[in-house]
Amino acid sequence: MKPAPFDYVRPRDLGEAVTALSELEWGGRLLAGGQSLVPMLNLRLSPLVRLIDISRIEELRGVDETADSVTFGACVRHGEFEDGKVPDPARGMMRRVAGRIAYRAVRNRGTIGGSLSLADPSADWITVVMALGASIRIRSPCGERSLQAADMFVGPYTTVLGEHDILASISVPKLSARARWGYYKIIRKAGEYPMTTASVVLDPERERRSVVLGAVNRGPLTMAETGAALNGAGSWSEQTETALRLAIKRDLAAADRIEDAYEMKLCETTVLRAAAAALVQ
Amino acid sequence: MMHVSFNLNGKPFSADVEPRTSLADLLRSTSCGCTSVHLGCEHGVCGACTILIDGQIARSCIALAVSCSGSDLMTLEGLGKDELIGELKEAFREHHGLQCGFCTPAMLISAREMIERYPNMTEDDIRLAMSGNICRCTGYSGIVASISAVVATRGASNG
Repeated sequence: MKPAPFDYVRPRDLGEAVTALSELEWGGRLLAGGQSLVPMLNLRLSPLVRLIDISRIEELRGVDETADSVTFGACVRHGEFEDGKVPDPARGMMRRVAGRIAYRAVRNRGTIGGSLSLADPSADWITVVMALGASIRIRSPCGERSLQAADMFVGPYTTVLGEHDILASISVPKLSARARWGYYKIIRKAGEYPMTTASVVLDPERERRSVVLGAVNRGPLTMAETGAALNGAGSWSEQTETALRLAIKRDLAAADRIEDAYEMKLCETTVLRAAAAALVQ
Repeated sequence: MMHVSFNLNGKPFSADVEPRTSLADLLRSTSCGCTSVHLGCEHGVCGACTILIDGQIARSCIALAVSCSGSDLMTLEGLGKDELIGELKEAFREHHGLQCGFCTPAMLISAREMIERYPNMTEDDIRLAMSGNICRCTGYSGIVASISAVVATRGASNG
């Protein structure tokens, strides 16, 4: 065994989990899939008093589909998206992205809620849920609240979630039939953490043209100029590419932490390829 | 200490463990004796500890034994009569799919699930599917050739 000693509880429902977490001033951690948390415990990087195992709580494993959106319980696993066991409100985008997260052995355990709460800057879901305009439902001892995914991520491993908050579910609005999307990541070895990620979602009927860059900046970067340049763009053309390159440069000028020319090039390329993937759909 | 109980290779098993005990450590202990579970990196990178948890491949070094209470666990020890594992073992022998053998039990278990999921994998698909398992001897060519051979044989006999 490698982690330092800790207490373990397996609450039966979300209410019990909230209590187990809020009884402690600090040091409670939630175990969803454990694919990042347990390695961090093994390396003794993450201080822990009590581990609260929420992985089997029914209401966190469920999926609820309405006419306009799909709500995923926090403990829905990447592999369930990949296998099409849950509906995809993003017309294939979530399924495609899930299938390239780490390795199958990790996707069988890792969860969307765990990934979003940890907010590893290189995690795939962050830019995806932001670009799709998802909202996040949070449970705490004070009750329930919702926030936009775009307002959740503050920086690397940092979200607006407090010590006693539990991410309960993620609601993703359905894309219209004419929507197009693209996702691209630069990665040196299959399954590794990416160096850059980018999501593009174009849905004129829903007035959505989102471009989000991840993994490099202090927090995920919403690229409004690039989104505007994609507005009304038909298929891929030389003119589109020229306009996109200019817009990407303007957006990246607003980034607070891109280290050097090499990283800048990676960012430009990632966004351009994600946009191209959306336009050729 | 906490009490855990699960099905291990088809038989009920229970033990008292500290919450911080990894599933891999428990499986390798003398009470379980599943020494096909190998520990390389112990933080979920090398894949050598891959087993089946509730029928799906998972890394036992980053699973906690307490969290697996109530699960159905299968290691290579429990797959001795599995037809596909038999075919993979034969192919690994034939195509130099192993040298030192440290990564092999997990390679076999991972390859079994990937073939069951995607019976028509190309060589590229196999390389991607197996990218979570590290081998330091073979350079992977022998492993890919072994899995390709099983895919080809199964494809031929099915159609």
